[in-house]
Amino acid sequence: MIADLIQFDFLRNTFLTGILIGIIAPLLGTFIVVRRLSLIADGLSHVTLAGIAFGLFLEKKFTFILLPPLYSGLAFSVLGSIFIEKLRSVYKSYQEIAIPIILSGGVGLSVIFIALADGFNTELMNFLFGSASAVSQGDFITILAISILVVLIIYLFYKELFTLSFDEEYASVSGIHSKQIHLLFIILTALVIAASIQIVGVLLVSALMTLPVAASMRIAKGFKQMMFLSIAFGELAVMIGLTSGYYLNIPPGGTIVVVAILILLITIGMKKLRIRKA
Amino acid sequence: MNDKSIISLQDISYSYEKKVVLDHINFTIDKGSFIGLIGPNGGGKTTLIKLILGILKPASGSISLFNQPIEQFKDWRKIGFVSQKSNSFNKGFPATVFEVVSTGLTSKIGYFKFFTQKHKASIKKAIELVGMDEYVYENIGNLSGGQQQRVFIARSLVSQPELLILDEPTVGVDTENVKRFYELLHDLNRNQGITLLLVTHDTGTVTKFATDVACLNKTLHFHGKPGDYEKLSSEELSRAYGHSVNLVSHDH
Ligand SMILES: Nc1ncnc2c1ncn2[C@@H]1O[C@H](COP(=O)(O)OP(=O)(O)O)[C@@H](O)[C@H]1O
Ligand SMILES: [Mg+2]
Repeated sequence: MIADLIQFDFLRNTFLTGILIGIIAPLLGTFIVVRRLSLIADGLSHVTLAGIAFGLFLEKKFTFILLPPLYSGLAFSVLGSIFIEKLRSVYKSYQEIAIPIILSGGVGLSVIFIALADGFNTELMNFLFGSASAVSQGDFITILAISILVVLIIYLFYKELFTLSFDEEYASVSGIHSKQIHLLFIILTALVIAASIQIVGVLLVSALMTLPVAASMRIAKGFKQMMFLSIAFGELAVMIGLTSGYYLNIPPGGTIVVVAILILLITIGMKKLRIRKA
Repeated sequence: MNDKSIISLQDISYSYEKKVVLDHINFTIDKGSFIGLIGPNGGGKTTLIKLILGILKPASGSISLFNQPIEQFKDWRKIGFVSQKSNSFNKGFPATVFEVVSTGLTSKIGYFKFFTQKHKASIKKAIELVGMDEYVYENIGNLSGGQQQRVFIARSLVSQPELLILDEPTVGVDTENVKRFYELLHDLNRNQGITLLLVTHDTGTVTKFATDVACLNKTLHFHGKPGDYEKLSSEELSRAYGHSVNLVSHDH
């Protein structure tokens, strides 16, 4: 693959994009998991699919490209995240109802746009399960910009995000603008999901956000350690998964998730062993 | 209201939908006092605290904090708070004692600023103050209920509040630790000069440590010295509790 990497620009873009999402997906995933928002990530990825299907539909109906699928996916994802927050404030005591609403809405819209675009095509398959060959130079630059933004905002608002994640009521009482910070966080999540989909695919993107965290949670001391460990695990899963997916000609979404699950199993085994020794 | 009072509630009423929970309450907290707030379950103690903290707005009446109307009050770090629910946090949350206590400074430090060495030292000091210095880098989920409660007190102390409000902090804490807990509160009140408002069911214990006792059940049935509270007739007490009670003072 190394030789191919140098030879083919698009492959290099794919690999670099993989490195980026291996950082940002578990980074946000850490907060998503501890705040029990994993299903929201899943809901958002399906809204992103609707956006991508919309972009593909435009691409097909109008020969000139109005809105590349990445951008239409981003737009739908961000709008979807704002909509989720609206729903969650309307159904205060049944907040999880936002998830089936947004998830079915996303799938419904996707089906409509896919049908309008005359059915499935390989490009759509790539977005569903991820692809090792789909990242263009332009998309790579967009994802790089998103990654820088995400890391910067998490760095700047780390203490507020952590305070909010640990104890929402306390955060509000102590004068932190919980609502605004939460909205900012959900929008970041939407951006990361849309950015990750090209590599891991709609159906598996939430796995890349949560599995590395599930693994590191079992062995980390403290939140910060868990965050860095999650990134390390996520990066490992993306690198091994992407490379093996490329050689075995399997969509990388599948191989990445399988590696992430292996890491999870190993950490569970390690913990068991440690407990038995102690 | 006298000039010693730092919190004052005047003619406060509050209802959830149609249910009146607080009915024309007048209540003050004097600087340096240690008030034990007691009363039956559902008597409105938590509601009263939420009003003081600005989480709820009173239907009528006025509240002033540190001689300022609550609407204008900005200096929230003067008030530390340990909630009734703080012990119901997600036990699997991988945060160290240090990290949890650090959240007590988040709002004081402000946006776009970071923890300095000085902040870190004051976090460690607050942890020491509650006697948890052995566990600074331990995950909070691995501690006992009583230890966790101490960590939450450290979190509320780290911003150096003048008033500390604790809502039933000893629920789920074993007897031996409840005693140590009261000694800690006593020390905070006497030696650190922190004013305390403690909601509790340990009537017997709180009357030993508090400087004042207040008994709330929709209206304020009693507010005075612990000695006078213990002299209340069982008739007066049952009026406050809505059923008959025997005041037992048991040694914890
Ligand atoms: N959010 C709420 N909505 C409706 N009723 C409430 C709510 N919170 C408390 N109550 C009711 O108000 C009364 C007082 O509750 P609370 O202040 O929690 O009492 P205490 O803390 O003394 O046990 C109770 O009867 C309770 O059922
Ligand atoms: Mg209560």
